[in-house]
Amino acid sequence: MHELSVTESILDIALENANKAHASKVTEINLVIGQLSSIVDDSIQFYWDTISEGTICLGAKLNFKRIPALLKCQDCQNEFSIGKELAPCPVCGSYRSSILQGEEFYLDSIEIEKDQEEIK
Amino acid sequence: MSAIRVPVVEKILSANDRMADENRSLLDENHVFSINIMASPGAGKTSFILQTIKHLGKELKIGVIEGDTAPVTIDADKITKAGMPAVQINTGGDCHLEAAMLSDGIKQLPLSDIDVMIVENVGNLICPAAWYLGTHINLLVASVPEGDDKPYKYPNIYRGLNVMIINKTDLMPYVEYNMDYFRKGVEMLNPGLITFPLSCRTGEGVDAWITWLKAQVKQYRQGK
Repeated sequence: MHELSVTESILDIALENANKAHASKVTEINLVIGQLSSIVDDSIQFYWDTISEGTICLGAKLNFKRIPALLKCQDCQNEFSIGKELAPCPVCGSYRSSILQGEEFYLDSIEIEKDQEEIK
Repeated sequence: MSAIRVPVVEKILSANDRMADENRSLLDENHVFSINIMASPGAGKTSFILQTIKHLGKELKIGVIEGDTAPVTIDADKITKAGMPAVQINTGGDCHLEAAMLSDGIKQLPLSDIDVMIVENVGNLICPAAWYLGTHINLLVASVPEGDDKPYKYPNIYRGLNVMIINKTDLMPYVEYNMDYFRKGVEMLNPGLITFPLSCRTGEGVDAWITWLKAQVKQYRQGK
């Protein structure tokens, strides 16, 4: 899987925004990941601990907000969710559907600390 | 110390996407139509590229970028032997091509002499799907002996496709493969996807693909 590259991207974005905000430490990183994004949380956490070493992100907690998939039938317009398996529309049985949500893959926000002097 | 929340809201792969946009601009400036070919290892990506060169090579100049995880030039050598320029990119063990790697490769091709650029991605049905490269179309080479359950097991790669090839149709009599089941899975992920069943070994079905590709290149040029 490609979690290493993904984790590096998360670190780059977090550091850039932390520096802009003059942070002394990043304590939490809030990620939003749709059900249809093939990302394994544990692998990201594993790489994170290694690649964040020596940065102000070291020790930051990664929070994963999972968004369930929501599909819309192209034939009867019914909206439905799916489990792990692919499934036809539960109302009309059509195989033609489009994705309304579930492909999210972004860094929503970071929680930072600043040195006391800087806050004053 | 006090904790402060800083809103970011940035796509995790935004840096890759920006680089992909640069790739696209460079290709468009040189009027090069580009195809990203994905597939599992052994589906016949290189054979498919060679068939395309064989049928189109007299009319169009085709440049090829070969992505591999190991520093080998097996595929690039085959393309060069077929008379077309090829660049080998070694991903250093990575399971997919990223836009930045492709950018290095594109710059090594004689772009002003090329009509079509084909990128052979790393053989893998999972990772390449997540990385936009900036090419004009995404193509998957599926193949009969891989099995008919692939869309159900690797759904993401089918969602982003513009066109799909089903290769090795000459093996249909010898393996358990239900074409309807395969295509039903793909239909759920990418309704109406243009699909060309063909055999690179016998050449059967290749003409339909070539006709379609020629029309795409023509349309691309007229759009300029």
